[in-house]
Amino acid sequence: MLLLKICPALLTTQVHLFRGDLAFSAASHGPFRQSFSSQAFYSGTLEWSLFSLGDPLPYPDWCCRKGPSEGRGLFSRQRALAFPESSTMFLLLPFDSLIVNLLGISLTVLFTLLLVFIIVPAIFGVSFGIRKLYMKTLLKIFAWATLRMERGAKEKNHQLYKPYTNGIIAKDPTSLEEEIKEIRRSGSSKALDNTPEFELSDIFYFCRKGMETIMDDEVTKRFSAEELESWNLLSRTNYNFQYISLRLTVLWGLGVLIRYCFLLPLRIALAFTGISLLVVGTTVVGYLPNGRFKEFLSKHVHLMCYRICVRALTAIITYHDRENRPRNGGICVANHTSPIDVIILASDGYYAMVGQVHGGLMGVIQRAMVKACPHIWFERSEVKDRHLVAKRLTEHVRDKSKLPILIFPEGTCINNTSVMMFKKGSFEIGATVYPVAIKYDPQFGDAFWNSSKYGMVTYLLRMMTSWAIVCSVWYLPPMTREADEDAVQFANRVKSAIARQGGLVDLLWDGGLKREKVKDTFKEEQQKLYSKMIVGNHEDRSRS
Amino acid sequence: MGSLSSRAAVIPDVDSIRRETGFSQACLLRLHHRFQALDRDKKGYLSRMDLQQIGALAVNPLGDRIIDSFFPDRSQRVDFSGFVRVLAHFRPIEEEDSEIRDLKKPEPLNSRMNKLRFAFQLYDLDGDGKISWQEMLQVLRLMVGVQVTEEQLESITDRTVQEADEDGDGAVSFLEFAKSLEKMNVEQKMSIRILK
Repeated sequence: MLLLKICPALLTTQVHLFRGDLAFSAASHGPFRQSFSSQAFYSGTLEWSLFSLGDPLPYPDWCCRKGPSEGRGLFSRQRALAFPESSTMFLLLPFDSLIVNLLGISLTVLFTLLLVFIIVPAIFGVSFGIRKLYMKTLLKIFAWATLRMERGAKEKNHQLYKPYTNGIIAKDPTSLEEEIKEIRRSGSSKALDNTPEFELSDIFYFCRKGMETIMDDEVTKRFSAEELESWNLLSRTNYNFQYISLRLTVLWGLGVLIRYCFLLPLRIALAFTGISLLVVGTTVVGYLPNGRFKEFLSKHVHLMCYRICVRALTAIITYHDRENRPRNGGICVANHTSPIDVIILASDGYYAMVGQVHGGLMGVIQRAMVKACPHIWFERSEVKDRHLVAKRLTEHVRDKSKLPILIFPEGTCINNTSVMMFKKGSFEIGATVYPVAIKYDPQFGDAFWNSSKYGMVTYLLRMMTSWAIVCSVWYLPPMTREADEDAVQFANRVKSAIARQGGLVDLLWDGGLKREKVKDTFKEEQQKLYSKMIVGNHEDRSRS
Repeated sequence: MGSLSSRAAVIPDVDSIRRETGFSQACLLRLHHRFQALDRDKKGYLSRMDLQQIGALAVNPLGDRIIDSFFPDRSQRVDFSGFVRVLAHFRPIEEEDSEIRDLKKPEPLNSRMNKLRFAFQLYDLDGDGKISWQEMLQVLRLMVGVQVTEEQLESITDRTVQEADEDGDGAVSFLEFAKSLEKMNVEQKMSIRILK
């Protein structure tokens, strides 16, 4: 904090000193010129500086003259003496000081703004509402942009490419049995009785179902960014390039300028501040003796730094039902869209993180954080051992004084239109589960991390050059495993609750399908269903 | 799929594909988008692996047979035009198609006969134009997995081939296949409508 205050002050004093230096040197050269050589030097330097600035200025002759002569030199000296120091200085080096002045002022202003509007509120957890205003203005602009594109398309008599979020084909949700019966009914003239048999036409059902999945399936589209129905002035989400008019292009260009030249440096500065404060703060707190004061301080250092990071991304978060926030001794589970989820949740609550130990910057952060409060970091070798993981988690949860654990049971990033299978590990431990649903609004910036497409640094840059990250967080009431449920059923129950609250599609598929093929066991389900139709189940067979 | 420029200009030979398959420009755009989504490594063509990655297709008992239909003549790659050519079989039959048919032009891919031919080739494993008894058994085995015993399956195959086979050669030819399904509403059951 102090550092930031001193910095601009230092900078401005530097600037003043610089100018003072020049003034002093001008003064020393001006009225106290003794020799022709110094005069020559003086006017020579002036000429050089004028040339270096590249702009000829309308100065009186005596100022720019090269070769001195006795009479004129004396005269000029007198003339120089007559002028007050500041104006001499001003006249002699106008552009240099102007530019430096401007730079100094703008930097000071920037840092003051940063401090007052962003960092101080972050420390105290209050908000000025600037971000909400920003969001409203942006929405109006986006609506106008989309209308403009639609008009452009209509003028050219083409159709806009509109992405469908629910799939591109018309599907009827009928079961295998119904569908095959219907096919048989339409194909054969025999009276339909319930004797199981096989018909050549049965193949049509599987054929069509297969083709439907090739054209559009539920899972593949979850691993790429969601498509928007209106344009948000980011070239990365535009599918209808040819309908952009001049006005739209200008607006888009303006947007690029704002995002890259104004917002990006601001955000990077904030992020840098946040992370360094986190590392320094938690290390300092780590040196304190264990006790309530340490916990209090640690909690506030963590919260403050996460809040600064939230502002570094311009994340506009709405928290719902905060009375259900996770308590000590519980496990907090949430759907996973990106690494930013952690920052979003941790800026509103104090959690113990679980994760793998990384190297590099992440490792430094992890090591610093664990000094202030007990997070759970696993070595790479330990992660494979499920029992070890479960044991450590159970130990942590049993201790009521320890913080709630934050876990993402999907295991991988999904694009925030659906929730995929929850891994049962965290549901076997037997603690109270606090489900949290996170839903991002993709209009302002898509937060999904497509790890096969972008690395972490590219992803963060994309985040910082979007308009904003807007999301809603719902804290759901706590759930516990019931007596007749096993871990998988409990996991599914929690998953449905999260999906329902966040308005996401509840899928049974494993998020691991991003990288692996599906297991053969699922095929058997379909085969079983079909076999029942052609040979009946065991009771029928024994009877006939 | 964030930054997509899925314009018609990007699709190679879009006009000839349109004429051959009968898909509208909008539909082709959507299918092209889908093709690019399936082509994860951005190779420009699809391999068997790309199609096998689709979860819902892998649990379909006839998944492998359907994938094979995209790779005729033992090829290992399918480009966009091949992809759309197969999918064109499932285009719904519209009013205009059945009314004015220029007899000089080849039959449209989504005609009733072509739809039946597509289903036929799912049964006909070696592509010789006849479904032999062995082939019928194999396909049935694919559909039921381990749920049905060998004897039951053999008896079902016997009965099916007997019913459909008219010239008594022990195999089902395409014409016999088409005849046994003459009453079936192929047009509706083998059509997938793409939303505009």
